Amino acid sequence: MIEAIAALVGLLVIGAWLLLHHREPERDSRSRIVRRIDEILPQTQCQQCGYGGCLPYAQAILSGNAPIDQCPPGGPVVKRSLAELLGQSNIARLRLSDSEAVDQIVVIDESTCIGCTKCIQACPVDAIVGATKQMHTVIADHCTGCELCIPPCPVDCIDIVRLEPGLERWRWSMPTHLGSERRNHPRI
Amino acid sequence: MNRTLHAFKGGLKLASHKDQTRHIATRDICHPETLYLPIKQHVGMAAVPCVEVGQAVRKGELVARSQAYVSMHVHAPADGIVASLRDFPVIHPSGLQALCIELSVSERHDDDRLTARGANPADLMRLERHVIYDRIEQAGIVGLGGAGFPAHVKMHEGSLQHVDVLIINGVECEPYITCDARLMQEQAQDVVAGATLIRWLVEADACIVAIEEDMDDTRGALAQCKSDAFELIAVPAIYPAGSEKQLITVLTGLEVPSGSLPIDIGIVVLNVATVVAIYRAAAYGLPLTERIVTVAGDISMPGNIKALIGTPVQHVLDQCGGFDSATHRVLSGGPMMGIEILDPRAPITKVTNCLLVLERKLQPPASKACIRCGDCVPVCPIGLQPQQLFEASRSADVDEAQDLNLFDCIECGCCSYVCPSEIPLVHYFRYAKSSIESLDIDRAAADDARLRFERHKTRLSASESSDVDEQVSLADVSGLRVSELQNQVHDAIARARQRRKK
Repeated sequence: MIEAIAALVGLLVIGAWLLLHHREPERDSRSRIVRRIDEILPQTQCQQCGYGGCLPYAQAILSGNAPIDQCPPGGPVVKRSLAELLGQSNIARLRLSDSEAVDQIVVIDESTCIGCTKCIQACPVDAIVGATKQMHTVIADHCTGCELCIPPCPVDCIDIVRLEPGLERWRWSMPTHLGSERRNHPRI
Repeated sequence: MNRTLHAFKGGLKLASHKDQTRHIATRDICHPETLYLPIKQHVGMAAVPCVEVGQAVRKGELVARSQAYVSMHVHAPADGIVASLRDFPVIHPSGLQALCIELSVSERHDDDRLTARGANPADLMRLERHVIYDRIEQAGIVGLGGAGFPAHVKMHEGSLQHVDVLIINGVECEPYITCDARLMQEQAQDVVAGATLIRWLVEADACIVAIEEDMDDTRGALAQCKSDAFELIAVPAIYPAGSEKQLITVLTGLEVPSGSLPIDIGIVVLNVATVVAIYRAAAYGLPLTERIVTVAGDISMPGNIKALIGTPVQHVLDQCGGFDSATHRVLSGGPMMGIEILDPRAPITKVTNCLLVLERKLQPPASKACIRCGDCVPVCPIGLQPQQLFEASRSADVDEAQDLNLFDCIECGCCSYVCPSEIPLVHYFRYAKSSIESLDIDRAAADDARLRFERHKTRLSASESSDVDEQVSLADVSGLRVSELQNQVHDAIARARQRRKK
């Protein structure tokens, strides 16, 4: 009898201890939300929101200083996702139809480049390679099109190009036609 | 020989229309003057051209090299001269062009290697397995049933795990298509040799050659070869019985779990034309440069055609009686899953199994609102809820569509077929799938950019104490107001473009 009670009490104590110590710590929630906001932002680091990058903007949004619609490259997708996360609007769920973000990258006119490395220092995502007095070039897959490299260039050799939808970037569009072209086979 | 067959959920009994071409022997056509070889004819990364313009190539020579694990080589189907590397129409729902190698065929070159006797399976089985794998990879073989997955990758994955059953898929469940049936009749010896070889190669416990129950000629041809290497099983002709996962269910009663591959449950499925191509690659060293294409539908000389890869669709159709693009259209593939060929100059690729000519409807039936009849639910072979998926795709609800297992949809078209409101359901699902995929790609790119940004910042703060001057430009920029920054960008771009014009 005594052993049984002791065992039960022991289990209770262990359970209570586990409950108390394994609850999500309250103090982390703020940084968690900042991280979740940052995950939604497109990471172009373009500063068009007026903050020093995506993470500073995320922090500003959480502290209530910044509105959620200040991210041009993110477009409506980011706005909607932020609204959903922060409960700011009733247009909550993500819609496929508004995934229209700006698709652009920059290119360096390599014949004009003097190898000053100024753009390399300005690039927030390390998308430009080159060395002093050597030609620089933009790694197209890494470029976020943030335009931050353009003002520092002393010889204006950087240009913006729109990304054209090639076969790799092509995707099915919403059926617009009336009628089912899929049914090519007459019914029996 | 007495294997109990199982049934998969749903499916449709369709009019087969196969008699139009089933009894006509496969014929050769005169080769075109120019071949267009797309560098991407398969699932995975595009190959990289390894020839130069003006270079003379021999039949079977490598013209584009695979650069990744899931990618495939492309070979020259005939002797010729590389005329150009340029964008050219390809068979793709977008109607966009893709990079092709244009090959001017210099002369007709009959294949003399096939007449020479190749190694038989018993001789090949004395070789090391990796030698055979290497030959398959070098031959550029992809799944010829339509999916175009590189064959050596599939078999290599198979060799890493235990294979219970090797299924050789000769079930052409789509109406009109008979290229595999003809192949099995005319080249039964090669099918048997290939099945024997591949069974040894992947060390499968059992091997099944599956055909449709109404393919009597095929059954006869294969039964004549009398081999104990495989069981010959005829499955009921219910569309889509020839789809990989459905065929596995019919033959074994097993179901491939959502998000898994057949190899995860110990099964390898290969199309019968792929098996023949693998055998030829292993025995004769022949690269994949031609295939059998069914030409059917509203055309005067239908049949199965042996066509070189890269032959323009127009050329094939001209040899079969021609078609008028004003009144007719051409599908690549069957009537249920085929895609419309928007430009008939586009070339035949490794995965083109059928050219189906259909009359253009003057006024396609208008699609009406969903009346929630639920007819699409019992026909779905995967057991999805097409009407709910339709609502999720139409309202572009990402989470809902994924919760409903959108990505398990095989796009067989059964739901669109039975829909009384003529709703193009599969088109909606394709739209939703590709939108979600592109969102995922964007998200992965953003994660990558975040990582680089964080490393960039760490690096800067580490060098801050030692060298302050280096970050002058970055500090300058971040100090500016947004509008000023944008003005500076505009001015700089204007100056750069001005100078380039001069």
